[in-house]
Amino acid sequence: MQVPAPFEYQRVHSVDEAIALLDRLGDTARLVAGGHSLIPMMKLRLANFEYLIDINELHDQLGYIRVEPGLIRIGAMTRHRELLESDELAAAFPIFRDAERVIADPVVRNRGTLGGSLCQADPSEDLSAVCTTLGASCVVQGLDGERVVPMEDFHQGPYETAVGDAEMLTEVRFPVRPGGSSAYEKVERRAGDWAVVSAGAAVWLDGGSITDARVGLAAVGPNTAGIPGIADVMRGRPPGEELYARAGDIAAEACSPATDRRGSAEYKRHLARELTVRVLRRAVARAGRQEA
Amino acid sequence: MTTTVPADGHRTAFVDNDQKPCGHGRMLRKEDPRFVRGRGRYVDDLQLPGMLHLAILRSPLAHARLVSVDTSLAEAHPKVRLVVTGAMLAEKGLAWMPTLSGDVQAVLATDKVRFQGQEVAFVVAEDRYAARDALELIDVEYEPLDPVIDVRTALAPDAPVIRDDLEGKRDNHCFDWETGDAVETDAVFARADVVVKEDIVYPRVHPAPMETCGAVADYDAVDGKLTLWSTTQAPHAHRTLYAIVAGLPEHKIRVVSPDIGGGFGNKVPIYPGYVCAIVGSLLTGKPVKWMEDRSENLITTGFARDYIMRGEIAATREGKILAVRTHVLADHGAFNGTAAPVKYPAGFFGVFTGSYDIEAAYCRMTAAYTNKAPGGVAYACSFRITEAVYLIERIVDCLAYELGMDPVELRMQNLIRPEQFPYRTKTGWVYDSGNYAPTMELATQLAGYAELRAEQAEKRARGELMGIGVSFFTEAVGAGPRKDMDILGLGMADGCELRVHPTGKAVVRLSVQSQGQGHETTFAQIVAEELGIPPQDIEVVHGDTDQTPFGLGTYGSRSTPVSGAAAALVARKVRDKARLIASSMLEVSVADLEWEKGSFQVAGDPKASVTIQDIAMRAHGAGDLPDGVEGGLEAQICYNPENLTYPHGAYICVVDIDPGTAKVTVRRFVAVDDCGTRINPMIIEGQVHGGLTDGVGMALMEMIAFDEDGNCLSGSLMDYLIPTSLEVPDWETGFTVTPSPHHPIGAKGVGESATVGSPPAIVNAVVDALKPFGVRHADMPLTPSRVWEAMQGRPTPPI
Repeated sequence: MQVPAPFEYQRVHSVDEAIALLDRLGDTARLVAGGHSLIPMMKLRLANFEYLIDINELHDQLGYIRVEPGLIRIGAMTRHRELLESDELAAAFPIFRDAERVIADPVVRNRGTLGGSLCQADPSEDLSAVCTTLGASCVVQGLDGERVVPMEDFHQGPYETAVGDAEMLTEVRFPVRPGGSSAYEKVERRAGDWAVVSAGAAVWLDGGSITDARVGLAAVGPNTAGIPGIADVMRGRPPGEELYARAGDIAAEACSPATDRRGSAEYKRHLARELTVRVLRRAVARAGRQEA
Repeated sequence: MTTTVPADGHRTAFVDNDQKPCGHGRMLRKEDPRFVRGRGRYVDDLQLPGMLHLAILRSPLAHARLVSVDTSLAEAHPKVRLVVTGAMLAEKGLAWMPTLSGDVQAVLATDKVRFQGQEVAFVVAEDRYAARDALELIDVEYEPLDPVIDVRTALAPDAPVIRDDLEGKRDNHCFDWETGDAVETDAVFARADVVVKEDIVYPRVHPAPMETCGAVADYDAVDGKLTLWSTTQAPHAHRTLYAIVAGLPEHKIRVVSPDIGGGFGNKVPIYPGYVCAIVGSLLTGKPVKWMEDRSENLITTGFARDYIMRGEIAATREGKILAVRTHVLADHGAFNGTAAPVKYPAGFFGVFTGSYDIEAAYCRMTAAYTNKAPGGVAYACSFRITEAVYLIERIVDCLAYELGMDPVELRMQNLIRPEQFPYRTKTGWVYDSGNYAPTMELATQLAGYAELRAEQAEKRARGELMGIGVSFFTEAVGAGPRKDMDILGLGMADGCELRVHPTGKAVVRLSVQSQGQGHETTFAQIVAEELGIPPQDIEVVHGDTDQTPFGLGTYGSRSTPVSGAAAALVARKVRDKARLIASSMLEVSVADLEWEKGSFQVAGDPKASVTIQDIAMRAHGAGDLPDGVEGGLEAQICYNPENLTYPHGAYICVVDIDPGTAKVTVRRFVAVDDCGTRINPMIIEGQVHGGLTDGVGMALMEMIAFDEDGNCLSGSLMDYLIPTSLEVPDWETGFTVTPSPHHPIGAKGVGESATVGSPPAIVNAVVDALKPFGVRHADMPLTPSRVWEAMQGRPTPPI
C-alpha cells in the first residue's frame, strides 16, 4: 500500500460551498472528483495537498448530458461510463463513444469524470482531445459568477488550466451543427494505457463538400492540440484520400512530439499523420451516412 | 498416437498414450474456495497485538557517497518508536548480509548507495502512515558519484568502481563463466557453409507479482524465539540463512510463508526489508510488519534477464545445424543477488544448445556490476533457461531466414531423435527423455500450419502483415542432484512426511511452498494415486518451518520433480508398511497380497481385502501387529533427484501487424507441452496459460528501463506494463506425454515452460511478419514504436 502525506478532507454539497472553501484555502487545496489521477499522484507523493475537497456529492447537480437545439451541455461531474453509455451523445458525437471505449478500464470509467479529465490537463488525455476536436467551451464558476473559456485557452501547459484557485469547472458545452460527424482513434501499448498518440476528427459536409473540419491530437505536445490549418485546406473541397493525406501531413508538421518510453518522436509524428487520415476517413463516412 | 480435438470449442488435443489419470486427474483445486471468496490469508492480513509498522528510506540516487544521515526529527515524531541507520546496524555486525550467490549486499547503506531505491534507513512506528511520514523527516546528505548504467561500458578501465566495499576491487567485473569447447566449436564454424550472427538482447524485466514482498517479525523475548511470517518461496532456506546472518540459533527461528500472491522468483531472495523487520522486532520487543509498496517492489526487488547475447550459428547449406557459439554480457546490478546453484553462476544457461543434435557449442559469459537494483535470476526463468531458449530459438530463425527455409522444417531436421535419449549435450547436460518430433507435428497440426502459410502468402500479396512464429524448447527443471547442486552449501534435496490418521485421513508435509501453483491439490493427488485415499481426505501442510521437513523451496519448476517425487515415495513407504499390517489382518503372507488402489487383496480372492482405512485403524488400534512392526502409519523421506527432468514443447504463434500503426495483435497461440506424466491437467493448463500471458508481456511491452542517471523509469504499473486479457488470444493447448524415466511417477514439472517457450515464438512471429521489410531480428519489447522503427529499417536494441 502506498500512503499519501497527511491531508484534511471535506465533502461538499454545493458548488458554492466548494468555491468558498477553495477561496479560503487557496492553492493548498484541491478538488477531488473521480480521483484516478490525483490519488495515485498523492500516493506517490508527487502531489501533496493539505486539503482535499470531495465534490462527488455534486454528481446529482453536475452529472448530466443535456441536448438542446444547437448545443449539448455536459456537467463536469458526468462520469466516463455515462458518456460511454449515452446514445444521445453518441448520435450527435460518435467521437465520445470511440474515445470512451479506449479510456482506461471499467473501474476507472465508473468513477472518472469529464471535468476531472479536463482539469488534470494531461497532454495524453483522451477527453481533452475530444473536447479540442469538438471546439468545446468550458464553464468556470468562481465567487463572482461564471465565465466561459474556449478549449483553446483552457489548457495552458501540461497539468495547467485556466481555472483559478477559487474556481471550478462546472460544465462543458459543445456546439452542434448539422451535417457533421466525428471519430476518434488511439494507439496504445496496452489496453488502458495512456495514448502513444491519439487523434479525433469532426467534419461537416454539405452537398458533397466539406464545410468544416477539426482535428485534435493527444500526446504530441504540451497540451492536446487542435490544428486550424486542416480546416483551411479541407473547407469547400470534396472529401477523399488525397485530402486526408494532406491533412495528415499538416497534422504531422504541426505537432511537437517528444521521445519517451511510449515511443520515438518520429513514430509519434508518423502516427499523427496516420491517425489523422483514419479519423477523417471514418468521420466523413459517418457524416455521409447521415446525409444519405 | 491418436489426436482428438473436442467439438466444444476448446482446442485441446488429447493424445492417447495409455496413460491413466493420476490421482483423480482433472479435479477442482482444493484451495480455490478460499481464494475465489477473497478469504486467502496473506502476510499483510496478519494483525498481531501491539504490532508496529516499518517503512524504509531509500536512496533517490543511483550512485552516491553517504555523507551523513540525521534521524533526529524522525525520532521526535510522536508515533515513531525506532529509527535505524546503516551505521547502527554496522555496530551490531548486521549492515551487510550474504546474497544467495555468495556476494554480500547492504541491508542498510553504510558507505555508499549503489542503486536507486537502495535501503538507507528504516523507521518503526505505531502505524503505517506515521512510519511513511517519518521517512520525510530523515535528512540524508549524499555526495553524488558518476553512475554506471550501461553494462557495455561498465568494464571500461575508467568506469567508476561500484563495489569498493570489496577488498581490492578495482573494476566492475562480477564473474566470468564459460561452457562447452571453444577450440572444437571454432573448428566447426571454420568449415561450415553458413554462419549467421545476431546480437540479441533480453531486456531486464520484473516478475511483478500481485502481492508485493513483506514480512511480520515477532521476537518473543521470553522463549527467545523469532517467528517470521514472510513472502518467501523458500522458507527453510531462508531460516537457515537468518540463522547464519543474525546469529540466532536455527531451532529458535520459525519462518512461516502463508498464502502467497504470486512469486515467479521474486520471492526467492532474502531482501533487506525482511532483515530490517527482524531487527525492528528484536529492538522494540514488538511484532513489526513491513510490506513494501508497489513502487518499491518494481524498483528494488529481484529483476530477471538483462542479458546482451551475441549468438552465432553454423550450418550446412542444406540446413544441418553444426554448432552454436555465444558471448553473453550479463548485467547483475549493484550486488550479485542471483539465486542459482553455486556451481552455476549463469544458472542453467548452458542448455543454450536447445533441442538440437549438434556437433559443438561454446559460451563465454562476462558478468558486470552496474548501479541498478540487484538480482539476476527471478521470474519464471528456470535458472536462465528463458534466456538460453530465446537465444537458440531466435538464432535458429535467423538461420532459416538466411537459408530461405521454413522454420518448422529446419527445426524438424535438427531435433534430437528419440533413440538418442538420454542425450548428452555438447555442454554436458544429460536430457533424461524426450520425443520431440511428435510434439512439433501436433503443434503444426493444431495450428493448421500449411493453411496459415497459404493465408500469409495471400495477405502479403495484398500488403497485409501477418506473421507465424515457431519455437521449440527443452526445459531443465527440478534442481537438483545434491552432488551438483546446492545454494550456499544447502543441498537441493527435499524432505516429505506423511502421516495416516487412525480414521484413514492423512496429512502430508512438504518443504516446498505454493505461490498459486495449486500444491494443496496436486500433492494430495500424488498421495491419493499411491495410497488410494481420496484427495479430499489428504491435508497438505506447507510453508511453515516448524511443521514441515527441510527442503529448498519452490522455484525453477522444482516442486513436482523434487517434492512431487518425495511425496510419491513417502506414500510408497507407507504403503509398504500397510502391506505388512494387511498381511497380518488377512492372515496371509505378504507375497499373497495384491494392491488395488486403496486396498490390499488376497491374490485370487478379491473379497478378502482390507482398505487402507482399515489398515490405518489397525495400525493405531489395540490389536496385534506383525512382529517388528511399530504402531502408527507414517513415514518420512528426503528425496535426492538423480537428474533434472527435461520437459519440452512446441509453440506456434500467429500475429497480425497493423501496417499503419505497427501495432502487433497476437491472433492465435498454439502451445503443445510435454511435461511427462500429467497429474492435474486443469492445473497444468492454468500454468501454461499464465506463462503464455507472461510471454506476451515480455515480448510486446515489459521492460525495466533506466535513464542515464540510473533513475528507474518503470516504478509503477502505469510505467511497467503487464498484459491484460485484451492482449492475449484464446490459448490453444495440446500435449504429448514422455514420462521422465527417473521420476517415480514420470512427472517433469511445467510451471515455467510457457514463460520459457513463448517469447521466442511471439518475437519470431513478429519478425516473420516484417519479412517484407527485410527484418531478420528485432529486440523485445516489440512495442508499436519499436516495430515501426524496424519497419523503417532501423531496429534498435532496447538498451
